[in-house]
Amino acid sequence: MRLALVIAALAAAGIALSLTGNPYAMRVATTALMYAGLALSWNVIGGYTGYPSFATAAFFGVGAYTGAIMQNAGLPVWQAWLAAPLVSAALAAAIGFAILRLRGHYFAVGSLVIPEVLREIVNSASITGGGMGLNLPVVRLSIQQQGSLFLAAMGIITVAALIMTLRIDRGRLGIAFRCIEQNEAAAVMIGVNATLYKVVAFTLSGLLAGAVGGVYANWINYIDPSDAFDVLISVKPIVMVLLGGAGTVYGPLLGAGLFVLLEEVIWRNFLTVHTGILGLIIVLLILFLPQGAARLSPLALINTLMRKRAGGEGVS
Amino acid sequence: MTLLSLSHVTRRFGGLTALDDVSFEFGAGEIIGLIGPNGAGKTTLVNAITGVHPPTAGAITFDGRRIDRLPPHRIGRIGISRTFQVMQPFPRMTVLDNVAAAALFAGQSGSLSAARDAAMQHLEFTSLADKAGMSASMLPLAGRKRLEFAKSLAMKPRLLLLDEVNAGLNSTEIDGALDMIRTLARQGITILLIEHLMKVVLNVSTRLVVLHNGRLIADDKPEQVMRDPQVIEAYLGKRYAERNAGGVA
Repeated sequence: MRLALVIAALAAAGIALSLTGNPYAMRVATTALMYAGLALSWNVIGGYTGYPSFATAAFFGVGAYTGAIMQNAGLPVWQAWLAAPLVSAALAAAIGFAILRLRGHYFAVGSLVIPEVLREIVNSASITGGGMGLNLPVVRLSIQQQGSLFLAAMGIITVAALIMTLRIDRGRLGIAFRCIEQNEAAAVMIGVNATLYKVVAFTLSGLLAGAVGGVYANWINYIDPSDAFDVLISVKPIVMVLLGGAGTVYGPLLGAGLFVLLEEVIWRNFLTVHTGILGLIIVLLILFLPQGAARLSPLALINTLMRKRAGGEGVS
Repeated sequence: MTLLSLSHVTRRFGGLTALDDVSFEFGAGEIIGLIGPNGAGKTTLVNAITGVHPPTAGAITFDGRRIDRLPPHRIGRIGISRTFQVMQPFPRMTVLDNVAAAALFAGQSGSLSAARDAAMQHLEFTSLADKAGMSASMLPLAGRKRLEFAKSLAMKPRLLLLDEVNAGLNSTEIDGALDMIRTLARQGITILLIEHLMKVVLNVSTRLVVLHNGRLIADDKPEQVMRDPQVIEAYLGKRYAERNAGGVA
């Protein structure tokens, strides 16, 4: 029900934007949806399962390069966009099996290395164009139509990610992921095959990031190793999920929207110090909204205030 | 009928031998009390059976099948469940979903809704039904003990390892726990009870085993064990034995 409403709202906003055709607004919206997809990707492994992955950029980059290489070999766009998530997911499954034995900070550091290693490999291989990067064939549409196409593609990925997240949240996978997040040793004792479920979470996360990467490559038309495996591609989605609410269905979407808007507004108004101000706002939001914006409801706020008052009386 | 047997089980941690050549057997339906001083290896024994710290040497057989090399999640599924000395709830899940998770993964309930139905029954048995929708971290100590209990029951155990389920409870709460243990034993579940409260152990156990420095020093009927000079020396103390000698015999 709620999902239908969210999808309808996204679709209506997208169609309205396409009709007005304001290129700036469409670029911001496409960016927001792209990060929503990445935030939903991180949410599966980092939010539900509690494994703080810094490998999002790896699967994003592999998706982008898969799409680019296939299209340069003459394959159609739609095949490239389907292959990108699959290749990234396969890679995530293989890598996940190796590094998901690490826990906590060790896992975070281990995952951080993956995009770095991939960047070096891509940098030195010939099929990827090395440090020169790859140009993609231009999609034969007007500028206006291209804008709508990429907006719609990112929107469809986001909606698919939301549906996937909702199914996880309500089902067996969600219970397994949450058990692992909250107490992995106890999860194993009640019969959860933790290794298997962690690899599943990592694979689903890689699938989404790869899908976003594939579309991104066509949108930007040119990719190079330092852009496709940029550490910010790993870090920003984490901040967005924490902003919106980790381990919730709609939190990552909310967080991505909030973050991209903040970034735009601050960038336009404080050109020289925008990163500093953005950082400050993020720290404040996370300090005062540790559960994320999605868990912020008027009712919860009233409850918190009441408890604070009751606690105050207890002390006096 | 033998349900579980340990044969020459040894577990070393580096230079420390936590379990030293321990052998004994559990019959189906027994309530076995496991006692011993702190550091005797009681929890290590539970960890060895459940696969958390598999034995360095020796064999463990459950229902005729070697289990000492199985991973813990597999052991959880074949009918061995445990409660932890330090409770291990999933704090940000509801009480119901804590138990439903155990029913789903170890109890092999087909669907999540079937698991929740099964979980509700276990919550009723452990008098937690009215707290089903509460977050597990909000439960008081006695409630969390009962939640551990409900979780292990949801795993449909044939062998239940209870690690100090009564520690920190008041006497009414202990009586409630003992009633539950007896009810389960009547249903044919074998129980290993690790316990420091001698009153509790003597009250329910059909057999006592005593560990000391990783070695099994006694395995007999409770009244025999209470008279064993080695056990008195290692664990009970002379004064306790003298004071209770009349009562037990």
